[in-house]
Amino acid sequence: MSEINTDSGHGGGKKGQPKKMNLRVDFTPMVDMNMLLITFFMFCTSLSKPQVMELVLPVKDDQVLNDDEKNKVKDSKAITLILGAKDKVYYYLGKIDKEKYANWQSLKETNYAPTGGVRDVLAERNAETVKEIVKLKQQRLKKEITEDAFKEAVSTLKNDPNGLVVVIKPSDESSYKNMVDVLDEMQICGIGKYALIEMSEGDNYLLKNYLSQGEYASGAAAPNK
Amino acid sequence: MGKVKTKKKDTFIDMTAMSDVTVLLITFFMLTANFIPLEPIQVITPASVMETKVPDYNLINILIDPKGKVYMNITNPAAKRDKIETLERMGAKYSITFTDKEKANFGEPTTFAAVPMGLMKQFLTVDVIEQKDFLREHDGGGIPTDSLNNQLAEWIKAAKAVNRDFQLSIKADQNTPYPLVRGVTSTLQDIKENRFSLVTQLRGMPEGF
Repeated sequence: MSEINTDSGHGGGKKGQPKKMNLRVDFTPMVDMNMLLITFFMFCTSLSKPQVMELVLPVKDDQVLNDDEKNKVKDSKAITLILGAKDKVYYYLGKIDKEKYANWQSLKETNYAPTGGVRDVLAERNAETVKEIVKLKQQRLKKEITEDAFKEAVSTLKNDPNGLVVVIKPSDESSYKNMVDVLDEMQICGIGKYALIEMSEGDNYLLKNYLSQGEYASGAAAPNK
Repeated sequence: MGKVKTKKKDTFIDMTAMSDVTVLLITFFMLTANFIPLEPIQVITPASVMETKVPDYNLINILIDPKGKVYMNITNPAAKRDKIETLERMGAKYSITFTDKEKANFGEPTTFAAVPMGLMKQFLTVDVIEQKDFLREHDGGGIPTDSLNNQLAEWIKAAKAVNRDFQLSIKADQNTPYPLVRGVTSTLQDIKENRFSLVTQLRGMPEGF
């Protein structure tokens, strides 16, 4: 298709004059091929690399020690999230005690919605840290502080000993997405101290009691813990 | 004279500019995009606001599908030797000897440890392209993770023995029930690998945070 039109010039050109050469290359097939390549690249590659979320679980032998440590957590600053079935989250504040077993409404229900969900619950309780982090982010945006200084400031804020402590307990009915969503909320709400722990007997009791609206408590004795 | 000349119209469109644009686009794609790795199962990961990227090197990738089937791969452009050595160690553990061809097959970047050790030899004789069909015939395959026959733990131990720098990443489908993920993380905890990363998609930080 690449046309090399050589004007043979029947009688047109004068003798002795150089022949007019029309050198025009048709690029249509080249474009066709390039388009095919582009299509291939669009289908077979991804522009964004996946992200990773670091997760550190306690070594199993230390689990016993961990339970003790958990009790040291300041009651007013601890919040336990139980991830339930059907994208529901149940939470209670502080430690489990007799009062909580007696009252089925001691467990509060919420969800993963962007507003009015678990994020609001956490952000409200961690409002100061959230505010500080937003301020730091603005400073970083204006280049008032360096990236390193920002990271350090955020990490000191997150590790504040008086900060909110979140205990995450995924139930067997929850999905992996729920777990990641909640871990993500920790990131969003600037919570540095959280732990992923298995449901305890007491948590199961509370959950069953809540779901049956107090009926379960009349049939089963509360675990003594 | 007096003849009306019909002008010959040239319908030739110059495609050079178009070709320039497409070449630029291709260059852009080649430089920015990275290939979607071929995996035995399609996994849709949940989203998070984390901005840390998946590391390119020394990564043990554990895939979990919604039914709890587990697959493992070592992703590292230079990992071919490490991968083969891992296979040799596993072979020694389960008294299976692999031929050079099977080892080379396992060394391919897209070959996952996707079946129980008993089937591994058979799996590796299959051509890379036909591995998917093989898995389909064998009920999806998957590495056993139950406590009596925890081959996932053995795989990771073998890989870690080959190269201490391997990091662990878990890529699970968002609809996987939690107990199935818990099974894998608990396996990792058992072998004292309590630091790992979860692969997620990017999601923007919500307003006001």
